Amino acid sequence: MRTVSLTIDGQQITAREGDNLLWVALDNGIYIPNLCAIRDKSEPMASCRLCFVEVEGKEQPVTACTETVTEGMIVNTRGTRALSLARRSFELLMASHSLDCAHCPKSGSCELQHIARYLGTRLKSKQLRELRRDLPIDDSHPQIIYDPNKCVLCGRCIWTCREHLGVGVLGFAHRGFQRMVTTFEDEPLAISKCDRCVECIGVCPTGALLPRNETKTRVTSES
Amino acid sequence: MKVDESPTIASLFEEIKSQADSHWQELFDSGQPVIVVGTATCGRAAGALDVLKAIRDELERQGVDCPVFEAGCLGHCYAEPLVIIGKPGYPPICYGYVNPVIAERLVKEFVVGDNPCLEFVLGALEANDLVPSFADFPRATYEKKIVLRNCGHIDPTDINHYIANGGYVTLSKALQMSPEEIITEIKDSGLKGRGGAGFSTGQKWEICRNTPGRPKYAICNADEGDPGAFMDRAILESDPHSVIEGLIITAYAVGVRNGYIYVRAEYPLAVERVRIALRQAKKLNLLGRRILGSDFSFDIRLFEGSGAFVCGEETALIASLEGKAGMPRHRPPYPPTSGLYGKPTVVNNVKTLASVPQILTNGAAWFASIGTEKSKGTAVFALAGKIVNTGLVEVPMGTTLRQVIFDVGSGIPNGKRFKAVQIGGPSGGCLPESALDLPIDFDSLTEAGAMMGSGGMVVLDEDDCMVEIARYFLEFTQRESCGKCTFCRLGTKQMLALLSDITLGEGTQADIDILKALARDVKTGSLCSLGKTAPNPVLTTLRYFEGEYQAHITEGRCPALMCQHLIAYYILPNKCERSCDACVGTCTVEAISPNKKRIKVIDQEKCVKCNTCLMACPPQYNAIVKLSPPSEVPAAEK
Repeated sequence: MRTVSLTIDGQQITAREGDNLLWVALDNGIYIPNLCAIRDKSEPMASCRLCFVEVEGKEQPVTACTETVTEGMIVNTRGTRALSLARRSFELLMASHSLDCAHCPKSGSCELQHIARYLGTRLKSKQLRELRRDLPIDDSHPQIIYDPNKCVLCGRCIWTCREHLGVGVLGFAHRGFQRMVTTFEDEPLAISKCDRCVECIGVCPTGALLPRNETKTRVTSES
Repeated sequence: MKVDESPTIASLFEEIKSQADSHWQELFDSGQPVIVVGTATCGRAAGALDVLKAIRDELERQGVDCPVFEAGCLGHCYAEPLVIIGKPGYPPICYGYVNPVIAERLVKEFVVGDNPCLEFVLGALEANDLVPSFADFPRATYEKKIVLRNCGHIDPTDINHYIANGGYVTLSKALQMSPEEIITEIKDSGLKGRGGAGFSTGQKWEICRNTPGRPKYAICNADEGDPGAFMDRAILESDPHSVIEGLIITAYAVGVRNGYIYVRAEYPLAVERVRIALRQAKKLNLLGRRILGSDFSFDIRLFEGSGAFVCGEETALIASLEGKAGMPRHRPPYPPTSGLYGKPTVVNNVKTLASVPQILTNGAAWFASIGTEKSKGTAVFALAGKIVNTGLVEVPMGTTLRQVIFDVGSGIPNGKRFKAVQIGGPSGGCLPESALDLPIDFDSLTEAGAMMGSGGMVVLDEDDCMVEIARYFLEFTQRESCGKCTFCRLGTKQMLALLSDITLGEGTQADIDILKALARDVKTGSLCSLGKTAPNPVLTTLRYFEGEYQAHITEGRCPALMCQHLIAYYILPNKCERSCDACVGTCTVEAISPNKKRIKVIDQEKCVKCNTCLMACPPQYNAIVKLSPPSEVPAAEK
């Protein structure tokens, strides 16, 4: 396969032609915030809208996950306009995220906290209003606690459960603001055909899917 | 395709054509009057089926056996139901606002008798000395019917009508041309996609043709969902074969064997008429295997969409066709390189396809001579809202908005003042009076902040609050957002919350700033064009009507007296008639009572602002007014 050389943030990088810009950057130690990117997925979801970068010659910032690298490409991951879009997208996600880091077992390893640090933004938006859905927490499963209010709809759990493992318990349902990760007919996880591999917990970037033993009692008693 | 086969194509078609011609001619040769009733959805909504039944019943009673057939939409939807009577010795006359009683009279007095009932005439289809014809209407100066030429004149359920009026001739000729020739012709004509984005149709075909990969697909996008737009529906209901012929030619030019017409299920009549049309075309071998004896085979399947607005977006439409959830994906790759099942696919709008046969018949130069420098041909608009002549209109590109609204549409009803025109549906924008002299074409509308869109044109008058209009359209897109990407799912929701607050009088200056910033970000950051264009109604109203936003925020006043929370109803004591209590009885919450002088007073605490009293107050008194802000109501009366 042919290789191309490109510049990301001033760093000269060689990559295979046709490779995805986001993964090329990440593999070369250049971080671009992302939630919905899945390496093995052939077509990017492009739904979280966090991986905006500026590419020379392009009028508007573009999402890195939908760009393929080309020869001589000059990429700036720290451009003002790209970061401002990423910040806005993150702010929107957080305004609808059930923010409770103090009690969340994910705190410390949560990707949202990591992204906030990278973008230099607060977790709680000052400008936007809280738009919460207050959905019931599913604690029926012996190993998993699922809190849809903390879900950012990145789709990693669905891809793992459905495409990667072929189980297909989880899927997206509903439209617009009501969109959520759920089971068929919203049945509790315990009675779904979940085979308890709990791979979904491992890929969840937030505290939406957590192992039961790690979950503090406060969360379970709420539901 | 093959030169030696061309005589076969021509002769086979000649046979079909002569049969259709004689079928059509029979209608007029009988010496009997021919009655046509417009039964597209617009006609049906106004009662056309009752009219049709009344006509048939009356004919039976009178013992007259004359041909009656159903046609589509003539474009004069404001005057529906429409009936056309073609009686030998008279010009074909179109009657408007027909009801079953009028229909009976028409049969008795004109079909049986000899009185053309001039009091019900809308216009004649041809110039004559007896009644004014449609050509004498002011709108005739501007109208140019290419796509709509057959609509309302032929029976959409009878393929012979279409063929006798020049249909499928182009197909028979196209099959004797090379696909490259056709693509060149379409490219030269300058035809741009009528679905909204305005990409060159010829180029799209060429890209798809040149992309390796088989099979290829051709799709007609008839998933028209904009509030207030009904062009595609009217065309499919009135002249489905023009779209089918366009799609067959597309398929031949691009090299496609399988095509789809994606119609939304909310258009049951369009679905039915397309289905009939497909069956008839297949029967005559205009569709199916070895069309007209050529070695080109093509089949069309009808697919009913399940009601998601976003499926009008081509990648979502394709996902929906594949049986997946109707959600857009990132473009590129665009469908001509990777579409249905990952194969090269052309997706064209109904109006684009309906233009294709006309371009090939009359030549690229003819089409390119119509319209403006960069936008060729005609534009079809659905006029709706506060306009006298609601209905369909087709004008050359470059016609100004003022001409369309005031000359074709006859302006604003009830002596009200024009305020804005909303073009392009929820993706378009609201343009003010100062933009009325803009020529209608793809570029100038985009520059003004609106967009050509698919052709909905909603006219707004002084009683429409622009903040509320922006909120209404945003609520629509927000509800129709598929929820995939963050900006559209959450950004529009945040914007909607801000707008709702402003219409409730709870907005602040800071809200306007956030609204602007959010609108800008949603526009740049969204995944598909639904999200990318969703802020347009907000951005254009902020651009042209910021004063109204300010009035809501700083004064708690709705200048158009539309936002319920910011108005109060008040009975003017000097106008209220002591002996009348029309309002008292109609008030749904018993908020109105007479005072000692028998002047009626509204208890503002109880009033739910339902507007019933204002409607009930007799026009000679006209004593009830809306005031904004509510604090305008004189204190003593509270």
